[in-house]
Amino acid sequence: MATIAVWQKIEEESIVPALEQAGEKLNSAADEVVLDFSSVRRVDQGALQAMEGLARGAAEKGVRVVLCGVNVHVYKVLKLVKLTSRFSFRS
Amino acid sequence: MITYEAVEERGQVSPAAENLTAERIAYLERLVSQARTAAAVFSQFTQEEVDRIVKPMVLAGLEQAQYLARLAVEETGLGVMEDKVIKNMVATEFAYHYVKDKRTVGIIREYPERNLFEVAEPIGVILSLTPITNPTSTVLFKCIMAIKTRNAVIFSPHPKAWNCCSEAVKIMQEAAVKHGAPKDVFGCLESHTLQDNAYLMGHKDVALIDATGGPGAVKAAYSSGKPALGVGPGNTPVYLEKSADLSTAVVDIIISKTFDNGTICASEQTVVIDEEIYELALKKFAELGAHICDEKEAKLLAQTVIDPQTGFMQPMAVGQKATSIARFIGIPVKPKTKLLIAPIQGVGREHPLSVEKLFPVLAVYRAKSVEEALKVCVDVNHAGGLGHTAVIFSRNDEIIRKFGEVINAGRIIINSPGSIGALGAVYNDLVPTFAFGCGTGGGNSTTDNVNIYHYLNIKRLARRTQAHMWFRVPNQIYFNLNAVENVRQFSSRSTIIVTNPVLERIGHADIVRRYLPPETHVHLSVIPDGEPETHLVSEAVEALKFYKADQIIALGGGSVIDTAKIMKLKYESPEADLEELAAPFLDLRKRVVEYPTAKVNRARLIAIPTTSGTGSEVTPFAVLTDKERGRKVTLADYSLSPDVAIVDPQFVMSMPKGLTADTGIDCLTHALEAGVSNYASPYTDSNAMQAIRMVFKYLPVAYEHPEDEEARSMMHNAACIAAMAFSNASVGVNHALAHAFGARFGIAHGRANALMLPHVIAYNAAVPTKFMPSPYQKGYVAHKKYATVADLLGLGGRTVEEKVSKLIAATEQLLDQLGFPRSIAELGICKEEFERTVPELAKSAYDDPSWRSNPRMPLMGELIELFWQAYHGRGATEACGAPQQQTG
Repeated sequence: MATIAVWQKIEEESIVPALEQAGEKLNSAADEVVLDFSSVRRVDQGALQAMEGLARGAAEKGVRVVLCGVNVHVYKVLKLVKLTSRFSFRS
Repeated sequence: MITYEAVEERGQVSPAAENLTAERIAYLERLVSQARTAAAVFSQFTQEEVDRIVKPMVLAGLEQAQYLARLAVEETGLGVMEDKVIKNMVATEFAYHYVKDKRTVGIIREYPERNLFEVAEPIGVILSLTPITNPTSTVLFKCIMAIKTRNAVIFSPHPKAWNCCSEAVKIMQEAAVKHGAPKDVFGCLESHTLQDNAYLMGHKDVALIDATGGPGAVKAAYSSGKPALGVGPGNTPVYLEKSADLSTAVVDIIISKTFDNGTICASEQTVVIDEEIYELALKKFAELGAHICDEKEAKLLAQTVIDPQTGFMQPMAVGQKATSIARFIGIPVKPKTKLLIAPIQGVGREHPLSVEKLFPVLAVYRAKSVEEALKVCVDVNHAGGLGHTAVIFSRNDEIIRKFGEVINAGRIIINSPGSIGALGAVYNDLVPTFAFGCGTGGGNSTTDNVNIYHYLNIKRLARRTQAHMWFRVPNQIYFNLNAVENVRQFSSRSTIIVTNPVLERIGHADIVRRYLPPETHVHLSVIPDGEPETHLVSEAVEALKFYKADQIIALGGGSVIDTAKIMKLKYESPEADLEELAAPFLDLRKRVVEYPTAKVNRARLIAIPTTSGTGSEVTPFAVLTDKERGRKVTLADYSLSPDVAIVDPQFVMSMPKGLTADTGIDCLTHALEAGVSNYASPYTDSNAMQAIRMVFKYLPVAYEHPEDEEARSMMHNAACIAAMAFSNASVGVNHALAHAFGARFGIAHGRANALMLPHVIAYNAAVPTKFMPSPYQKGYVAHKKYATVADLLGLGGRTVEEKVSKLIAATEQLLDQLGFPRSIAELGICKEEFERTVPELAKSAYDDPSWRSNPRMPLMGELIELFWQAYHGRGATEACGAPQQQTG
């Protein structure tokens, strides 16, 4: 069965609304939501909170959230707050 | 609020926390979760961003210093408001002065000469317990440290100092967040219980516990199983020694002991005063506002301020004024009395005032001698003050040094106030702090003044260093026919020629003697053939002394030259202990036992070899046999190398065929092993490769045509050149095997080497089961170096594997040409006997230091396998697993 994926670019200055927007896409027919993090150099508490919400929603709806181009500093922050297991990562 | 569903198992829950309600647990979890997120976000900050936050925090703390001091005094009822203002200012301004230029993000220190640099890693979430005695100053200080190091802190203040502490946290938090810090970087428990602390101490997301306070808090922190900085009580002894500047000392002690009504745990507790100045000191104390208690008052004081049950101070006295305490007890004192001084006659439970007293009550002791004074200080130190703080007033450096040696304290303050001195940066150059590490004596992990570096994980990034190598050989080597003539250029008053009976009989010693200058007195020391024995060396050294020799000429094979090396060593340095000098070592440059450099005599050593194999004329090795103890002693040091080597082929022209073959293969083994050694370098390689080429070309000729001068000369040079290689690169597993086997079955060294050689080449060329760690080599290259040898010899082959096979075949062909037995079995050693012996042989080979430079680390089983291969002989290319694949 083919995988239906939704792709979205995340900009650092509008990360929270972008993640909220991505959250809405969980309701579409997609199996996978792909978020391009290549422009994000840093995340703050608001972003982490939004990511936590997105991960929770995705788990409820059985949608896989894939983060692309996450830089290692952001990846380490996600690791510190134990969010990496909630997402898939692609380079 | 972030409540991650992915929170894993929370960690160890202390039984003390089991009664917490679900609501309370949720509250504590929220605190930790917020702090964890803040710490994670903070970890992305740069040094510049961090520094931009720290400064306004410090200014905010300074701005509110008086407000917070007042709050603290009002809430706790302890201390002096004015002094607490000073504490708050020290905690901010002085701390800032210390941290402002320090790097705490990214690379924080570099050591280019060591190829090392240090990188800071934040700790994460810190649980900080703060005391009642220094509540706000401790909070301010820890907040600044935490921000400077990108950590988040959850504060758990003393319950009786909660309001002032939470206010201090709030002030710091507002300033920090306003200037960019993550929100929730500081949290503070809203009221708290011991269960809260127990729960948080066991929480897996709390990375460090920083407990400043009473012994209970510190013990709980260390018992939690978490990394902890637990900094607790002290009992500061003070030695007021008779040479001290008494006026300064008395004022300093009063300043310190009355500062904030004595609440700083580093403050003076018992002053031990030399008898000579005792009365005068007390008089000065009294003049400056201290009340000196008489015997009755002192007893009353002890009964009141010290709990007779526990032996510790009564909490009601902590941080109170001297006049208040006196009034409470009923001791009449002047209205402005600053300090109550009580003489004591000893230390311990019978002398209650000898313990810590965080209030302006000071014990004094009259000491009749320095020894007694120091002992009493040690007693006080051990009565609850281990590792904390001690003070000495003295101008006598010797006594200060002794005090420093006998007192166990992280801070020993000299000629200045203990409490403010220990805080650092005011009276001395100690690091400013509000947490005193007390070392293991105080159950702490550090004796430092706790500072920013304790709030960091410091990562050391160590680059691979370019290992220093060496190439050391005698600085004069004369070679070719009649090179012996060169002995005439060395002036000598008294020369001893060391040789063996055969060489003397065939006239070799006379040849040497002929070329010595006429003014030289020449003496002959003829020693038996074979490895030198200890008693022979001792006798020969006596001869050197008798003749006051200034030159030794060693004329002979390896054993004669080795004897001469040891003679020289013992003659020049009679105290040299050969047993000790033979101690094992891994790296010549790091050896434990050093060879003597002081010399009572001096003698030049000229080595003239009469065999072409050992190369002892240029090596730093000597082997001695200790018959009494039934063992061999191998000495190795470049100081043993002869000063001059004369490689004259006329002395080897008469070598018998068997000796030619044995020594020639010894030479080849030296060169091959040095070539693949982990200590090999371009310098040793050039010698090793040249020696190998010469052996393959000239050894068969020298063997078949002993009269061939060119072949003899070239083999003589080859032995010396190979020795220059292995003197610096050492040998390998072949020698370890040959030493063990040769010693057990009485087989000549060269012959034993020959039996092992093809198998060892195959073994080293295969992929090692275990690589030998070596900073000197990059990657595993033994197989490639064998291939280079094959190329040098023109053996052909396309791949490394083929070239190694061809080298083994060429070696086997050479051994055949020289008529060597090609298996141990051929020597007539029966299989059963060998089977019984092999385990011992392997152990002996493993104990041999030769293999430590081998490129492949031999395992015991592999040594046994190699012995069996040598026993059966032939087929080396298939013997030790697959040869290394060509890797280009």
